[in-house]
Amino acid sequence: MLTKRIIPCLDIKNGRTVKGVNFVDLRDAGDPVELAKQYADIGADELVFLDISATLEGRATTLDMVLHVAEQVNIPFTVGGGISSIEDVDALLKCGADKVSINSSAVKRPELVNELSNKFGSQCVVVAIDAKEVDGQWKVHLAGGSIPTEIDLFEWAKEVEQRGAGEILFTSMNHDGTKNGFANKALAKLSEALNIPIIASGGAGSVQHFIDTFKEGKSDAALAASVFHFGEIPIPDLKKELKENNIEVRL
Amino acid sequence: MSKITDQNNSSSSLKKLDEASIVIINYGAGNIKSIQFAFKRLGVDAVLSNDPDEILAADKIIFPGVGEASTAMAMLQKSGLDKLIPTLKQPVLGICLGMQLLCESTEEGNTKGVGIFKTKVKRFNNDVKVPQMGWNVIKDLKSDLFSGIKENEYMYLVHSYYAEDCEETIAKTDYGINYASALQHNNFYGVQFHPEKSSLAGAKILQNFIEL
Repeated sequence: MLTKRIIPCLDIKNGRTVKGVNFVDLRDAGDPVELAKQYADIGADELVFLDISATLEGRATTLDMVLHVAEQVNIPFTVGGGISSIEDVDALLKCGADKVSINSSAVKRPELVNELSNKFGSQCVVVAIDAKEVDGQWKVHLAGGSIPTEIDLFEWAKEVEQRGAGEILFTSMNHDGTKNGFANKALAKLSEALNIPIIASGGAGSVQHFIDTFKEGKSDAALAASVFHFGEIPIPDLKKELKENNIEVRL
Repeated sequence: MSKITDQNNSSSSLKKLDEASIVIINYGAGNIKSIQFAFKRLGVDAVLSNDPDEILAADKIIFPGVGEASTAMAMLQKSGLDKLIPTLKQPVLGICLGMQLLCESTEEGNTKGVGIFKTKVKRFNNDVKVPQMGWNVIKDLKSDLFSGIKENEYMYLVHSYYAEDCEETIAKTDYGINYASALQHNNFYGVQFHPEKSSLAGAKILQNFIEL
């Protein structure tokens, strides 16, 4: 049976991890390669690197980082952040990234999803959607959630699926950073409306939250950052508890 | 198994690894860097090539592929590799789309394959999410390729099309249907999963292939 995936997310700036990482046995917590290897060793199913570099030089460093991750890490990984063209994606895939995630650039120019999936295959195109629920309406937000749009989450998700997205990474702005659990109602609605995998993001604070998002939220994968980076939820323990709750995971 | 990537592993297996010459067929399809790196982690330099002489001279050949089937098949035909591949006598390992293109035909782009494996490639029904993306188990293992690999080991898979179960099936996976997640015909092997992305168990399969 296909298992549910646990995905740590690393924020990268100029080739270094930025958010504080407090990991035992790590010589250099700012080194994404070392951190990625560690995560692979303890049973992470996949990794996401989010490049928040603001400069071209910073992005070039990220490309170098991707090459080193691919060289040393034996699980799949996705790279997102600032990707807006076929050339950007080509460079990342050539360095060994398995998937790319696009967000604002897809909203600005939806044809990008078609172009990427036609050229590289749906399997490597993740569309990340940041959305916020206001008065019962889920609206897509841009630029890391700071700019609201009038676009409906569910309509947009359906559209990118039709345009060839292989997967959706949905972050609820209402839940992100709260540690109060994932947006399971919206996630379940997405999962039922779409026939591609959905990654839940935003709100992880406890093991129960992961159980809930797989059961109630019908998520195919769950992404989190700080609860993993600070060792609040060790991945081996999390997967063991998921298994005990009859959720199929890779142990 | 934790010692697979350890350079100080048993000297006999290292010697074999050192001597093997491996060519990854480079016909413009997919993320081949990852495969090259996976061999590097095993201490082997795999060479990328589309040169027939270089391919024919290799001890082992990897036939990769990610992307769309009819486009990849057209690239193979353009380079003449579709005619070369069936003549190969050394062990050949097709990975993902590479495996699918070694089958008779595929529904993706309605294209004919190279025809090594006597089975057809079909699209998953919509009663499951397509693509299948993530870790699933391989079972009913039947080949030296899986030496030291336990039944129901997890492998990483990303695909929308699957090879139908047949007499040449050497591993099965269940995703709405039991399909062939690995195939073997004489010196030709094919795996639907990505051993290069499947942690230590995947590395073990690549090591087994080197040692065939």
